[in-house]
Amino acid sequence: MRFERREHRSPTLIVAAPLLAVLIALALAGVLIAIAGAPVPEAYWHILTGAFGSRLSATETLTRAAPLILTGLAAAVAFRARLWNIGGEGQFYLGAITVAGASAHLLGGLPSLVQIPLLLVLGAMAGMVLLLVPLWLRLRFSVDEVVTTLLLNFVALLFVSLLIDTVLKDPLAFGWPQSESVADAAMLPKLLARSRLHIGIIIAVVLAILVHLVQSRTAFGMQSRAAGLNPSGAAFAGVPLGITLVKVACISGGLAGVAGAIEVMGVQGYVTTNLSPGYGYSGIVVAMLANLNPLGVVLAALFAATMFVGADSMSRSMGIPTYIADVTVALSLLSMLIALFFTQYRIAR
Amino acid sequence: MIALFDILASAGLWAAVLRIATPLLFGTLGALVCERAGVLNLGIEGIMTFGAMIGWYSVYSGADLWTGFLIAALAGGIFGLLHAVLTVTLGLSQHVTGLGVTLFASSFAYYIFRLFVPVAGTPPTIEPFQPIDIPGLSSLPFIGPAFFSQTPPTYLAVALALILAYFLFRTPLGLAMRMTGENPHAAEAQGINPMIVRYGALIFGSALMGMAGAFLTLSAFNSFFPTMVQGRGWICIALVVFSSWRPGRALLGALLFAFFDGFQLRLQTALSGVIPYQIFLMIPYILSIAALAVMARRARVPQALMQPYRRGER
Repeated sequence: MRFERREHRSPTLIVAAPLLAVLIALALAGVLIAIAGAPVPEAYWHILTGAFGSRLSATETLTRAAPLILTGLAAAVAFRARLWNIGGEGQFYLGAITVAGASAHLLGGLPSLVQIPLLLVLGAMAGMVLLLVPLWLRLRFSVDEVVTTLLLNFVALLFVSLLIDTVLKDPLAFGWPQSESVADAAMLPKLLARSRLHIGIIIAVVLAILVHLVQSRTAFGMQSRAAGLNPSGAAFAGVPLGITLVKVACISGGLAGVAGAIEVMGVQGYVTTNLSPGYGYSGIVVAMLANLNPLGVVLAALFAATMFVGADSMSRSMGIPTYIADVTVALSLLSMLIALFFTQYRIAR
Repeated sequence: MIALFDILASAGLWAAVLRIATPLLFGTLGALVCERAGVLNLGIEGIMTFGAMIGWYSVYSGADLWTGFLIAALAGGIFGLLHAVLTVTLGLSQHVTGLGVTLFASSFAYYIFRLFVPVAGTPPTIEPFQPIDIPGLSSLPFIGPAFFSQTPPTYLAVALALILAYFLFRTPLGLAMRMTGENPHAAEAQGINPMIVRYGALIFGSALMGMAGAFLTLSAFNSFFPTMVQGRGWICIALVVFSSWRPGRALLGALLFAFFDGFQLRLQTALSGVIPYQIFLMIPYILSIAALAVMARRARVPQALMQPYRRGER
């Protein structure tokens, strides 16, 4: 089989690609559900109703989507500039623990209106710092940041584990390893009473719009794209590559840090080492499914959240392992890559 | 100081070094083979997870140990084939494809494990590989118990490093493979099909990654649990750079790395209560990053690494 480049990238195909990818992933996951001996249409019905069937489940899905939007944005921003930030998971945790520590020990007395924005900024800065290290290693020693960001995820998680075992340990948690709780004033206001849904989802969507505006309307947005597409060409055209990458890293790491921050301030108020069910890694899938488009990230994150929340409920009622959601999300990444390929190439006759 | 010396002088440490090095060696050699042909295989972490699960599960359901080991290799090869279709035939981004393969392979492994193995308080176990004494050598004082009383896959891994070193630098096929990684256009001009070489390298290299995982569940431990690979795959990717893409140095690198790891494990027990255990657990990852920083500029990267090859396109 041979492929030839299309003269024009088909816009219809670019829009259809994620839909196609999701459908293919769902079909393949259907095979796995069938292997488990469960009726496939019923399973998918359970996933859908599990994610949106009631007020509770719908708010739960949106709650789950908020950090996914942010980690998805973090990956999308970085990938666009070909900065392979796979460290979203570590940045998430560092953002989370910073917020918990800062609120419990430094800022806890401040009123919400001051404390919440301050904490969000601190969470973002923690994420930034963790990504600037691998970027520095890349610029200074030409070390591929994929491996270093991946390795730093483990370091970050161990660091968090260390803190919640020692200086930030909650003395009231009966020896259970969890951090002290943030002050009540640091908790994000709820969007709906009697649900876990908090304003984090609004923060995430607003940030998605902001990132979209920065990328499409500013010189920096153009430069970061150029730095990714053709670094030497961009340098020739006067784009300061190093500084552009540092800015990209700040935004990307910052977004992942904010994801951790809102998860602590919005949901449980303290940090454990299982705060994230892999939000950093799922963010990569979300970014790719969105074809790195910041607004698309919101939709892709909703899809991933639907799968995770829906599969939880389907698992309880039908006994299919919840990992089916992770399989589907991973498969949608692979099929998205193939679908994107065919927006650029066709099979030669 | 005396405690330090005691640790260094115990045969147990050195036996542990080889045991810790084995999965790293399998994985590093696997990644090295792929990269020598020009393809970065970040599927390694997931392929190791899948190999660990399927190898263990095969033995758990009645297969003998070597069959389980082979099934893990075969499964690894299949993931390698998937990676090859995406990155060689379609020429997709090797970074993103590799991560996709890792996410898919590991979640698929967890899915199968949860589906077929009942949830229990203590994870079910199998009877793992037993150490085999090399006649004569194993009775040497100190060196014997340290190096010649290992499980069979460990000997296999060390032998593989030597065989691969010979293969890459002393055989025509090895030359073809290195050429494909350096300059596929030139390789093609010599009548070598870079596509086939890359397919072969990915399938074989990924099979080694599957074995790396299987060693964890069939020799190092006797059960499988999610997240047990713990970033060992990523450490292997760093070790490939550290070894300058040479199998002999990969053996040294894996041993050196395992030495630090085995040493910190013993130091951890000696110093428990003084220094939090998390500090020790961070060491392998930080060490890998440091190794990368030291070696990245010095090492000679295969020139065509991460560049898709498309006939008639540059």
